[in-house]
Amino acid sequence: MSLLVDLFSLASIGAGVFFFVAGTVGLLRFPDSLTRLHVLSKADNLGLGLIVLGLMPRADSLLEALKLLVTWALVLLSGAATSQLIGRALRRGRK
Amino acid sequence: MSVLPVLDLVLIVLVIGLAAWTIVARDIFAAVLAYVAYGLLLAFVWIRLHAPDVALTEAAVGGGVTGVLLITAGKRLGALKASEAGAPPGLVLKLVAGALALLVAGAVAFAVVSLPTSAPTLAPEIAAAAPGPGAGLGNPITAVLMAYRSFDTMLEKVVLILAVLGVWSVGADQAWGAAPAPLRKPPPDGAMVFLAQILAPAGALIGIHIFWVGADAPGGAFQGGALLAAMWMIAMMARLTEPPRVASRRLRHALISGPAVFLVIGLAGAFIADAFFAFPPALAKPLILLIETFMVLSIALALPLLVAGPPNGSDEP
Repeated sequence: MSLLVDLFSLASIGAGVFFFVAGTVGLLRFPDSLTRLHVLSKADNLGLGLIVLGLMPRADSLLEALKLLVTWALVLLSGAATSQLIGRALRRGRK
Repeated sequence: MSVLPVLDLVLIVLVIGLAAWTIVARDIFAAVLAYVAYGLLLAFVWIRLHAPDVALTEAAVGGGVTGVLLITAGKRLGALKASEAGAPPGLVLKLVAGALALLVAGAVAFAVVSLPTSAPTLAPEIAAAAPGPGAGLGNPITAVLMAYRSFDTMLEKVVLILAVLGVWSVGADQAWGAAPAPLRKPPPDGAMVFLAQILAPAGALIGIHIFWVGADAPGGAFQGGALLAAMWMIAMMARLTEPPRVASRRLRHALISGPAVFLVIGLAGAFIADAFFAFPPALAKPLILLIETFMVLSIALALPLLVAGPPNGSDEP
């Protein structure tokens, strides 16, 4: 059972790290601000979500697991809102 | 070999690199962004040093509030520059300023290097006293701040209020008593309003939670107050609420309530306990919580008022 949990955590956190690395590569390599914004939001939302998913079964208590989930939800919210704000500021700047 | 020392090394290099970039960057905005990232990384350094209380403060103040403060200041400086561009400083002035900066940095570096290797600490004493007749707090950091170093903690808040007074006093005479300018020009983006409406209540709840658990776990009045301050700032940026009038009596009373309550209880300590700023053991925890509640209020008001700036009396930021 604990081996299964370990494998699940490893796979999930590994996938999360992949998204963060991909996001970082995109941030460095993509040509303009909008595409960089696009790749960064993927890293934040999906990468952090997968890492939280992998960490949740390892939490000491149900409350701690829920706190991890809430952390992810807050990052989702602020990430989505700030991406919108930056995107709109960029569009205003182009006109 | 463990991977942690390598990560620590990477962290140190990043922090020093960002610190250097903050100084070298020519653009104010770039320097402020680097400073914010520096503050967040510094919070990680504190976590690696097993000081989660300091890490929370650093993340909230160094990464958050100071960042907003500096960006706002940078924007206002930029607006000023356009109207009153003076002559650039001469070589002598630059050299003197550089020499003075070096002197201060050198003195600080010397003080840090010449510290005793094992710094004097009250922590073990407090940890031993916590379950017994001590301050009755499980978190030694909060116990030090509120029971062993209470006078310093009170004066810290007085400094914050003096800073607010300093900001207010640079306002124009005819604007005195009016409200500071709104934090953003109208109208705010829908996304900003949405973020403020969802995040501010959740963040306020988390701020109160961090203050409340501060008695026994990492957290406390300053961390919780800084989070509440950030939530008020978000609400002001989304124009859900406006900066209050500087002349408002309620605002002024709330602003000074933290140090005032602290001072009154501290003075009472001379009569009901054995010394100035001492708490009677049976009442220590409720008294500390009472003081901290008003401290949270003072901090949550003072930080956004610093960002809002001097009374302006117009709707133009």
